[in-house]
Amino acid sequence: MTRGDMARRALLLAGLAMLAAGPARAQEAAYTLTIAGNRFDKAELVVPANKRIVLVVKNTDKTPEEFESNDLRVEKVIAPGKEIRLTVGPLEPGRYYFFGDYHEATANGYLVAK
Amino acid sequence: MIAALLIVFREILEAGLVVGIVMAATQGMPRRGLWIACGIAGGAVGACIVAGFADIIADAAAGAGQELFNAGILLAAVAMLTWHNVWMARHGREMSRDIEALGGEIAAGTRPLYAVAVICGIAVLREGSEIALFLYGVMISGDESPLAMLAGSAGGLLLGVAVGVMLYRGLVAIPTRYLFAVTAWMIALLACGMAAQAIRFLAQADIVTALNRTAWNTSWLLSEGGIAGKVLHTLVGYTDRPSEMQVLVYLLTLAATFVLMRVFGRAPDAPGLAKRAAATAPR
Repeated sequence: MTRGDMARRALLLAGLAMLAAGPARAQEAAYTLTIAGNRFDKAELVVPANKRIVLVVKNTDKTPEEFESNDLRVEKVIAPGKEIRLTVGPLEPGRYYFFGDYHEATANGYLVAK
Repeated sequence: MIAALLIVFREILEAGLVVGIVMAATQGMPRRGLWIACGIAGGAVGACIVAGFADIIADAAAGAGQELFNAGILLAAVAMLTWHNVWMARHGREMSRDIEALGGEIAAGTRPLYAVAVICGIAVLREGSEIALFLYGVMISGDESPLAMLAGSAGGLLLGVAVGVMLYRGLVAIPTRYLFAVTAWMIALLACGMAAQAIRFLAQADIVTALNRTAWNTSWLLSEGGIAGKVLHTLVGYTDRPSEMQVLVYLLTLAATFVLMRVFGRAPDAPGLAKRAAATAPR
């Protein structure tokens, strides 16, 4: 890799980091779910109602998973060992079913908006 | 095995239904089978590429790559579906006359079916990449018997294709006079549903943030997660909890299709068309 390449790559990374840390992301509180062994670590995750939140889903398995919820209107593939961020809501108070599309029998739970 | 069958069936169902409708909507056009087959093959290859680069796509655009990609190809499909409808509004009547007169193939004067191939390709690409990732997971997990899972997946694939074929058969049983009117409606609703789904991805990526409240909830009546819900989701864009923005975009797409078909669908002013109309008239 030449020095020019490295400089360009560093610049790109810096740009991406700035994008990722942009103001839109900073305002919303983040709530985390972790997938291990085709299961979520929480059967229920309580989040505040009536505001936009960021849902972070980590996949610690060696296989891909698709995080999906018709109730929350989200679907997103999570590569092995990666995490995704989803902006959700504002949610009415209630229970919102989510699941891993590839292993729904074990990977499922509820987001509870209060 | 049954789990794999259901997962693959659910994914392939959407592609099967789209291809079924498109096949019916191009009834009688020369070499449509080849165009559609190329679209499907291209979509399948694309699906494997997308699955292979899933990681990179996901990390692009500050983590919103998947959403932007999905929204982008959905909106491209909406454009192609709408263009097809506008084209058919212009030529549909003479085409059904040709089909009735010549008993099948249309003699001449159709366009290359790029749009149709792209529509099928996108349908296969979207669903296929998820299947590819699922199968990849099955292959490397090693905790279930891969052979049984693959057999189940093959079964799901066949079932999904069978549903598409059934829809096609049902549609082409419609008298030719009405066939293109029916498929125009189906394609318009398909486009509306895809536009609403594109909005869902853009909202998920925090790009479209307005009107994100749930407009209504009919999950008690028909869940989107079931097979019936999934079929309706594909055919008419049924969503059990749409956002207000999704409803708005759905209606706007429908209105835009209607207006475009009205404005550009009439007045065959091109000289070639006039000649063809004259040629078919004496029959």
